[in-house]
Amino acid sequence: MPLWTLIGLLEGKQTAAWPLRDGEGGQAGFIGMPRYHPERCGEGCKACAEACPTHAITMRPADGGGERLEIDYGRCVVCQLCTEACPTQAMTPSSDWAFGVRRREDLIWQERSDSPSDAHAKARNGFRRSLHIRHVDAGSCNGCESDLQALNNPFYNLHRLGIFFTASPRFADLLLVTGPVTYAMLNPLRATYEAMPEPRWVMAVGTCAVSGGVAEGGYACGHGLEGVLPVDVYLPGCPPNPAAIIQALLMLLDRMPQRVRGGQLVE
Amino acid sequence: MTLSSDMQLLPEQLGDAASRLRDRGGRMQMVYAWYPEPDRLELRYVVTEPHQHAFGVWICKPQGAVPSLAGIWPLMSWYEREVTDLFGVDFHDHPQPQRLVLHEGVSPVRPPFDPNYPPGATLAAEPVKQTIPEIAGAQADVQLLPFGPVRADVVESAEFVFFYIGEAILHYQPRLFFKHRGMEKRFEGLPADRAVILAERVSGVGSVAHALAYCQAAEAAANCTVPPRALFLRVLLAELERLYNHLHYFGHLCHTTTLKVGEAEGKLLEERAKQLNSRLTGSRFLRNLLTAGGLRRDLSPEGWLGDELEKLRQDFSTYARRMENTGSHLDRLITTGKLGRDVAFDQGATGPVDRASGLDRDLRRDHPYAAYGQLPLSVAVRKDGDAHARAQVRMAETETSIALMQSALSLLPDGPVRADFAVRPRSEGLGWAESPRGTLFYAVHFDSGGKLARVKIKSPSFSNWRVFPYTVHETNMMDYAINEASFGLTIAGCDR
Repeated sequence: MPLWTLIGLLEGKQTAAWPLRDGEGGQAGFIGMPRYHPERCGEGCKACAEACPTHAITMRPADGGGERLEIDYGRCVVCQLCTEACPTQAMTPSSDWAFGVRRREDLIWQERSDSPSDAHAKARNGFRRSLHIRHVDAGSCNGCESDLQALNNPFYNLHRLGIFFTASPRFADLLLVTGPVTYAMLNPLRATYEAMPEPRWVMAVGTCAVSGGVAEGGYACGHGLEGVLPVDVYLPGCPPNPAAIIQALLMLLDRMPQRVRGGQLVE
Repeated sequence: MTLSSDMQLLPEQLGDAASRLRDRGGRMQMVYAWYPEPDRLELRYVVTEPHQHAFGVWICKPQGAVPSLAGIWPLMSWYEREVTDLFGVDFHDHPQPQRLVLHEGVSPVRPPFDPNYPPGATLAAEPVKQTIPEIAGAQADVQLLPFGPVRADVVESAEFVFFYIGEAILHYQPRLFFKHRGMEKRFEGLPADRAVILAERVSGVGSVAHALAYCQAAEAAANCTVPPRALFLRVLLAELERLYNHLHYFGHLCHTTTLKVGEAEGKLLEERAKQLNSRLTGSRFLRNLLTAGGLRRDLSPEGWLGDELEKLRQDFSTYARRMENTGSHLDRLITTGKLGRDVAFDQGATGPVDRASGLDRDLRRDHPYAAYGQLPLSVAVRKDGDAHARAQVRMAETETSIALMQSALSLLPDGPVRADFAVRPRSEGLGWAESPRGTLFYAVHFDSGGKLARVKIKSPSFSNWRVFPYTVHETNMMDYAINEASFGLTIAGCDR
């Protein structure tokens, strides 16, 4: 019979240095949210808005008359159709994945970004070291679950950051929700939230949980957590890669800064 | 495959036709409904004829209730219940005429696929207990355990009901479809190309299989020929999907047998495979590549992917050999969750589950698509039907999958990856793929404006969830998690 423990020890450490130290964290080649370059937009062009399957890109009346693009990354399923439809490369593929934000408005592209809001920072101080998460699948495609499960593989090893998934909502600090919230999961989701002790936080993981995603508007789905539960961190993505989930969790704990404001990555 | 050679049947002829199909060694695949006109509903039965590449289609126009075929083909039970829930068609003499896809307690004003269903109306759920069979002679010591829909760990939502005494499970009933998103209806009205984005998001870990089956259905409807390079790259993508799914399976199976290092090793191999996916395509789930007519952009696997796959193959082969030599692991798998060949056939098992119970079926070989017809493929079959047989089939498939990718890489032709694709109005097509979990069908109908009028999705987990409880009744609690893991089920595709 193989000596599994010895084999495991001989394998050595397989865990990524990131986020404790610099490194690409296994995300090489990953294509994230499309990046918007308004200066390249063609006059009156609507190609990206017409290509977008989830109305993340829409035409809105501009202040000085005419129309302007509104880009809501909270609705983006990262399908890249806009980057292919755009004739002038105003929408380009990028590696921008660290899209966890505290305010929903920060997912909407803005010319000039507001300064960060750190109003909640103090309240969370007590949880800076450790966090227990109750995950609820409210009708996802299982893509988000697949990469949430990856967080506990040896490469990401979430435990080393003091973050744990827990079975009981009674032990949980954070409710992590995936999926567009189907009619049948609405009551179980609310019951789970009600069972959590205060203080409690909610994170919407994946574009479905943020805004409904591709299933939004059907007979069985709502608009994600919108109007269902108060959300503390929004993380769009389809699905968000494991590093993005870790970044958003550490951001909730004030151990990492929010990197996106006004729909743009800022350093 | 266009569905031109269809057979029209009257409702009263269905029973005879179904019996004859069984007698000549065919197989019933599914039934679905659609509205060719707002006031005319049609049922489509998809069947496998022995030794034929194309699938047969029976068309039936119901007048009132339609005879249920569940008595002849037990696997039809779930399809008929789904048609009743979503289209309001009655099947008479149905052995289990309860709600399936819509939960009990849901009372829509009209069936959701009725053309007069109010647009924008969302279903509401009243918490109602599901109908559970009574256990004859049940005494006070029979316990009822409802578990879910929110369960331990990061898992998909479903409720499992156990009747048990001590360790012994008397009866088990899963309640699925908490995750029913109404995805099939979301396709309606979409143009062919945009619908691929939706198909990729029906089942996350089956993104390629779903997109591929959809694209092939649309291409059949449009009579579109996909360029050779795209056909080989599609095989590569489909096998990369099988690879990370099967690696995940072993990590999870070791978790249930408490082989901790084996669990870590399996999950690490899965992570390596997903990172290869990301490096090759930009997506860990291989999304945003397939389109009707080929691929959206070319890929460059040449010169590096083969070496990476070979490293993965060597590490997997060592890992697999170790699992097969670990007594404590094997003790928990051998004889666990036995699925006999007859039950597997009658209840409609598919994929590795089917092949572990002695049924030698694989769409890649029997109904080749993409470039599979040009590549060597050996289909792994085991006869024991237990958890170990299911693991062994997947082990063999993992190695076959890497070998297939190496062949595809060595034969990969140059050239374009996308052909012009133009929808023909009022056309229809059937597409299929052998996903990591088995048979996946997409039936696609376009309307007079070239937009999608109906998309029916038959996912492999819909089939295998139907089968799974037969291996749980009269077993014990300790084996349950191991047995469930050995089936490798997902819920998103089943619930849609």
